[in-house]
Amino acid sequence: MAELMKTIGIWLSAYFTLSIFSFLYKDNPFYKLAEQIFVGLSAAYWLVYTIYNILIPNLFNKLFTDFANNWILLIPMVLGIMMLMRMFPKLEWVSRYPMAIMIGTTAAIAMLLSFQSDFLSQIAATIVNPFKFSSPVDIVGTILIIIGTICGIYFFYFSKKPEGFYKIPSKVGIWFLMVSFGASFGYTVMARISLLIGRLDFLLRDWLHIIK
Amino acid sequence: MKSKIPQFLAFISGVVILVAAFIPHTPFGMFEETLTNWFMIISSFAILLGQSSLIQSNLAKISQKAPDWKYHIATLVSFGAMLIFGLLWGMENTPGILGQGEKIAENLGAKPFDYLFEYAFMPLSSTMFSLLAFYIASAAYRAFIFKTFESNLLLITAVIVMLGRTSFATVLTSWIPDSLHFLRLPELTDFIMQYPNTAAQRAILISAALGVVGASLRIILGIERSYLGGDK
Repeated sequence: MAELMKTIGIWLSAYFTLSIFSFLYKDNPFYKLAEQIFVGLSAAYWLVYTIYNILIPNLFNKLFTDFANNWILLIPMVLGIMMLMRMFPKLEWVSRYPMAIMIGTTAAIAMLLSFQSDFLSQIAATIVNPFKFSSPVDIVGTILIIIGTICGIYFFYFSKKPEGFYKIPSKVGIWFLMVSFGASFGYTVMARISLLIGRLDFLLRDWLHIIK
Repeated sequence: MKSKIPQFLAFISGVVILVAAFIPHTPFGMFEETLTNWFMIISSFAILLGQSSLIQSNLAKISQKAPDWKYHIATLVSFGAMLIFGLLWGMENTPGILGQGEKIAENLGAKPFDYLFEYAFMPLSSTMFSLLAFYIASAAYRAFIFKTFESNLLLITAVIVMLGRTSFATVLTSWIPDSLHFLRLPELTDFIMQYPNTAAQRAILISAALGVVGASLRIILGIERSYLGGDK
């Protein structure tokens, strides 16, 4: 039975794969159906994942097994239910309270994390003596990092229009950014091609058994 | 009151987290942990809200017989099936309302939720993302077209990085003498990733961090109130 269900599963996967690829020709009913099924499945997947990995261990288990020590969790639970009031237009304002707590907490956490890891740590990692390295590649590379970081930051300084001499660091900043975008683009292309290879491999190996 | 109290709550929750970071002692450390835990729970309800909104919008399209309304039935059916299977028999090692569902898992080869995940969700998701491989080709044509010095930089870097990460690059540049080994494509790719790319990423990170700090302060201090959704 399990073997038969596996075969059915492979055929189902092949049907969905070909349905999505059919969009390359043009929008069609097979693609539309597969797209909507994908939306439904992914929404339900994240809902079930949230229930089992966040709500049950962090809220319901604690409330049901040791209510006396965890009654304080009723507050986020009530706030969570208040959040759901957004579905009812007349009670929409109730959802503002939990939303405010979420936004305030997120803002503070993001501020601390950004300041520590993205601001201070990155500056500390940039301010190094390039001549402490013995390899010429490392020396040139470290000098490039210092110049690139300073010029890149200068490019994002919008309070003054870069004119005359001030245009030079801004221009150099753009060059570094373009190199980085090129590298990211290259990696994105490779990642997508690798996914495509994975799907073709599935079709040719698991479904059609052309590749052994 | 409907906007003042939420602003005050955002201010208090934000300040508690900030103060706790600088005073890691009782009661602030405890406050931070509690608020972070609450945040996680409330966010989960936000996901629930998102899914309810999805159901509502799909039901509305079906009831109004909007264009292509029949496909929205498939959304609801697939959503319902995955949700019910997940709730009844759980996912992976987590039991559901009816336990682990050993018998049904024996027949299917996996739990129903995991079966749908493996044979429907996974192929749909990876094929959907792999579609971009085709469209990226036309995007690449537009991005890589020789127009300016900057677009040439993007083109040359992307080509070096793409080639440099394949075994073909080693074959292509193996003739370069050892004294100029850093010009070989794999090593050139490593150099680009390690130095110019790092420099630009740092510039972006540092600038974005300043933006995040500014935006967060605006929210905590109540200057930014758009999350409250108007002045009603």
